[in-house]
Amino acid sequence: MRLTKLFPAVFLVTTALLTQTAQAAVTLMTAAPDFTLRTLSGPNLRLQEQRGKVVLINFWATWCGPCQQEMPKLNQLYEKYRSAGFVLLGVNVDEDANHASDVATKLGLKFPVLLDSEKSVSHLFDLATMPSTVILDRDGKVRYVHRGYLSGVEAEYDKKILELLK
Amino acid sequence: MNLRAGAVIAMLSVQLTGCAQWHMPEPWVKPYEREALADPIMKFSSDPLSAKHTEHVRIVREAARGATGVEGGGCGCN
Amino acid sequence: MAVTKPKTAGTGKRFRLFWKLATLLGGVFGHSQVRATDLPEDEAEAMFHYYNGGGVTAEGPALLVRKKVADNFSLSAGYYVDSVSNASIDVVTTASPYRETRDEYHVGLDYVHRDAHLTLNFSDSTEPDYIAKSTSMDIAQETFGGMTTVNVGFTRGEDQVFKHKNPQFKDFASHWMYRLGVAQILTPHWIVSLNGEAVSDEGFLSSPYRVARVFGAAVPENDPRTRSSRSVDARLVGDLGSHDAVHLELRHFWDNWDIKANNLEVGYSRYFGEDWLADVSTRFYSQTKALFYSDNAASDTLYISRNRLLSTFKDVGLGGKLTYTLKKDPAYTVKLNGEYELTQYKYSDFTDIRTGKLYSFNSNVVQLYVSATF
Repeated sequence: MRLTKLFPAVFLVTTALLTQTAQAAVTLMTAAPDFTLRTLSGPNLRLQEQRGKVVLINFWATWCGPCQQEMPKLNQLYEKYRSAGFVLLGVNVDEDANHASDVATKLGLKFPVLLDSEKSVSHLFDLATMPSTVILDRDGKVRYVHRGYLSGVEAEYDKKILELLK
Repeated sequence: MNLRAGAVIAMLSVQLTGCAQWHMPEPWVKPYEREALADPIMKFSSDPLSAKHTEHVRIVREAARGATGVEGGGCGCN
Repeated sequence: MAVTKPKTAGTGKRFRLFWKLATLLGGVFGHSQVRATDLPEDEAEAMFHYYNGGGVTAEGPALLVRKKVADNFSLSAGYYVDSVSNASIDVVTTASPYRETRDEYHVGLDYVHRDAHLTLNFSDSTEPDYIAKSTSMDIAQETFGGMTTVNVGFTRGEDQVFKHKNPQFKDFASHWMYRLGVAQILTPHWIVSLNGEAVSDEGFLSSPYRVARVFGAAVPENDPRTRSSRSVDARLVGDLGSHDAVHLELRHFWDNWDIKANNLEVGYSRYFGEDWLADVSTRFYSQTKALFYSDNAASDTLYISRNRLLSTFKDVGLGGKLTYTLKKDPAYTVKLNGEYELTQYKYSDFTDIRTGKLYSFNSNVVQLYVSATF
């Protein structure tokens, strides 16, 4: 069947896709872009004011399945290290802040949830995926970037946070 | 035909190794802008069982078949 | 005397076009970033389906379960039953009404690796005089920052055909289906897709019971033992900004039995509050007859059929659906769905021999189901 020649070509093309190299969105070892966003609880929060603490910024949305799966793990990380000088910022990109608030309550999020409905901060960080996680050291430098969420990756976050807290 | 096929394959391999200078535009819909696209009402097909039944009802009564299922859009997460 | 060129004439062109497409895609892929695509959600669906029209009633339950089994794998299984009560025009004018049940099972495996999503599906359908088994493979490849999805798929079906009260009768029907499609996100609110599918069949493609009419007399129908068809389909979905969306679909079909068909479907969905969703849709379908189809043939030909599926007809459908979200939680969501569609079929060259007029009938389709994602 002549159309069977279609498939070797498709597989060739597919293989090409599987050998791509990632492009960095936020550069490691440079200061993260500063921003100020409103929190769910009301007052504004500025990133630069978190200097001196290890910061994990997680970009999430209510319409993103993997983001929701990751939340309980992030909550656990926050509880574990907050007293050691660690802060976790959950930047939400929903159009509707009320919806973000509902879901944050249902998930029992203990860390600050920041509202980026204009997507300005997401654009600043040039996110390549939803969710995206960026970990900054005490000097505000980007030390770790993770795209997406697969179960078990929170162990990597844990290790990195511990390393940066020292 | 063989020479042409060979040239096409060579061109493909060069592009695959990233040596060719292609000026492709950057994706203009960012992953964090896909809220509307992630909603179930933006899917091409409805729920699987519903789509299957509808397809079956049609194929039994109409001579046309094919090109009815497709994937794309959505959340684009992970 | 003219020598006719064999049917292989167009394939060189098609092959070259395909390689040009592959090159272009290679260029596109050469600049995409690495992402990983997500597995389909875990879900369970239970449905009651009902069809009634033209003297036929087909109803029954259907079930579907899907579960992630590892980071990259998802398994699905489904069961579908059709209890058919057939007193259609073909049946009442040439035989007697009957009841029978068709059972269908399917199992599927989904695998994701980076931007690619592979789906394998096996299905088995059994009724007293027909067994159909099929295997399919589909690959969906995301590229261009997730804005473009390329779909390639293949299905191979193998059927066994039997005849009631005639154990001597046994035949087969084989099917090959090749499909290619591209879905492209245009804006954060609009997405378009273009799809093509080629289907080839070989074997017994008729019905062992159906009769044709030649010079007013009933003769057994005789369809060709091969059939080759193509269809192209374009779809557009758009978010209109008020928690609503519009769907458009246009398909063109043609085959080597000389049938040409077109259908257009327009749909609109809207959310009402947090819990209610309503959809309305309308569909227009029309087709022209197969070369060897005739309501009452005036000549004796090798192939002859009076199967109204192959005649010239139009159908118009109007449908509505309501969905109620019973429970919405980050952990799981449960929805209740009810759908109804009314379709009118009007034949241009198939007569109801009971009345002598051109045949037409209305059909009612109902779907009631519960869907849960978790």
